[in-house]
Amino acid sequence: MNRLSPFNVVSLTFGFAFLYLPMLILVIYSFNKSKLVTVWAGFSTKWYGELLSNEAFLDAAWVTLKVAVISSSIATVLGTMAAYTLVRGGRFFGRTLFSGMIYAPLVMPEVITGLSLLLLFIGVGMDRGVMTIVLAHTTFSMCFVSVVVSSRLATFDRALEEAALDLGASPFEAFRLITLPIIAPAVVSGWLLAFTLSLDDLVIASFATGPSATTLPMKIWSSVRLGVSPEINALSSILIGLVASGVIIASLVSKRHSVRVQQEERAAERFEND
Amino acid sequence: MFGLVGAPQLAFCWINDLRRFVLIALPYFWLLALFLVPFVIVFKIALSDAALAIPPYMPTMKDGLSAMFLQLDFENFVFLTEDDLYWKAYLSSLRIAFISTVLTLLFGYPIAYAMARAPHEWRATLMMLIILPFWTSFLIRVYAWIGILSTEGLLNRFLFWIGVISEPLTILNTSTAVYIGIVYTYIPFMILPIYAALERLDASLIEAAEDLGCSRMKAFWLITIPLSKGGIVAGCFLVFIPALGEFVIPSLLGGSGTLMIGKVLFEEFFSNRDWPVASAVAVILLLILIVPIILFQRNEQRQQDAEG
Repeated sequence: MNRLSPFNVVSLTFGFAFLYLPMLILVIYSFNKSKLVTVWAGFSTKWYGELLSNEAFLDAAWVTLKVAVISSSIATVLGTMAAYTLVRGGRFFGRTLFSGMIYAPLVMPEVITGLSLLLLFIGVGMDRGVMTIVLAHTTFSMCFVSVVVSSRLATFDRALEEAALDLGASPFEAFRLITLPIIAPAVVSGWLLAFTLSLDDLVIASFATGPSATTLPMKIWSSVRLGVSPEINALSSILIGLVASGVIIASLVSKRHSVRVQQEERAAERFEND
Repeated sequence: MFGLVGAPQLAFCWINDLRRFVLIALPYFWLLALFLVPFVIVFKIALSDAALAIPPYMPTMKDGLSAMFLQLDFENFVFLTEDDLYWKAYLSSLRIAFISTVLTLLFGYPIAYAMARAPHEWRATLMMLIILPFWTSFLIRVYAWIGILSTEGLLNRFLFWIGVISEPLTILNTSTAVYIGIVYTYIPFMILPIYAALERLDASLIEAAEDLGCSRMKAFWLITIPLSKGGIVAGCFLVFIPALGEFVIPSLLGGSGTLMIGKVLFEEFFSNRDWPVASAVAVILLLILIVPIILFQRNEQRQQDAEG
């Protein structure tokens, strides 16, 4: 099937143009001198300057980063524990309920998750702010982490763990010395996923927060509602740039890793054949 | 010998049991407290009077379970059926989600198909290019379309420049803009499962069909489409389910004329501050979603069984 017909080439070209042109336009127009975002008036970086001197945006960025780092780290620990429980934990009371609670948040509309958490926070009389956003983000992103990690746990050879247990390791040691290094890439990508989900979230954070904390998406939201602004274009370009370089670096690293693994496997095969 | 190792062995087991308990209990109780309990509260508030449900609504729970059930009333749900705004919003959400899902399938399938036919060494890169937008901010990807679709936006100026139109088209703040927004943001969810299904497809089946006199088109309909059905169904649910409760896209691109239930819920809560009605809206949205979610899970299960 390795022959692309003209129709295939056209669909790929249009598909990727559709996916990438809007973002490209956004980046180009962030360097526009004019305040009018649809009229090109020459190259300028002044919107970046204005953005970086805008205290409100910088504060919101700091809050967002703090929330994302804390919530994705807790979510990674809880999500990995949940994945291990689901894949290796055997039977326990309420297992069906537990797996239901892991999968349900993945498909739950954000407005419902947000509303229900807000009602909880008000019900128990919790002050809303950074803390409540962290709780909310941890809850939904641990489910994503758990799905990523459990798919890795399900595919790796259980005999390795059993061998460690037979040789006298405690289950905890077997996890730390055997399982964790093997699932580490999945744990890392789970963390990254949780981190981006938290950075990106508008709806749940709007429900979970109080007057004391505004995240970057909330700040973007309130200025975007008033229409297109060049400052938001500049901010978007910075975010797109950060994500693109992050993903490219990550894929290069994982490619190098997989090449090394392949080389090792080949070396091992040669060794066995000799 | 057993006597020698017995005691430490016992302590060892006890520690392991404790560890196992903590391992299960920590995520379990976290989800109970922050996922299940909040839902119970939403149901409770949806079934209570507006006066009771304004912030200190908790005391109504203190009277004990029997009192809690005695106080239940379906007033808010009756209200939802009486005001046709809600019916229209649910129906319009279903329609918008359905049409966008079909459009996403029509645009996504050819891309997935072409990816599956691309040379092996390109595939990882193509995959990454499909996933990459998913990592960029959702809000920003929707926002990018405002500048393109507005009356004096780039699309209109481009169409004007090539001479297709003489009057600017109104696209922003219509449901067309919402379709474009949903297709744009959710198309990776359609492409990936279809691509996964097509990549597994055995090319010799199509060759066999063609050898036996099938036209290329007929082989596509008789072999490729049925064998990628699992991917198509999965992709459609992955687009339809989140599109139904979508809030950001209709608010930014749809204008005031586009009704969607996610938007109604958000406004009911933040603008009207009517918590019981917002909760009742949420409960009904959830009930509508249960059917597609169950169908989706059954499809996934069947697929796993077929592989295993």
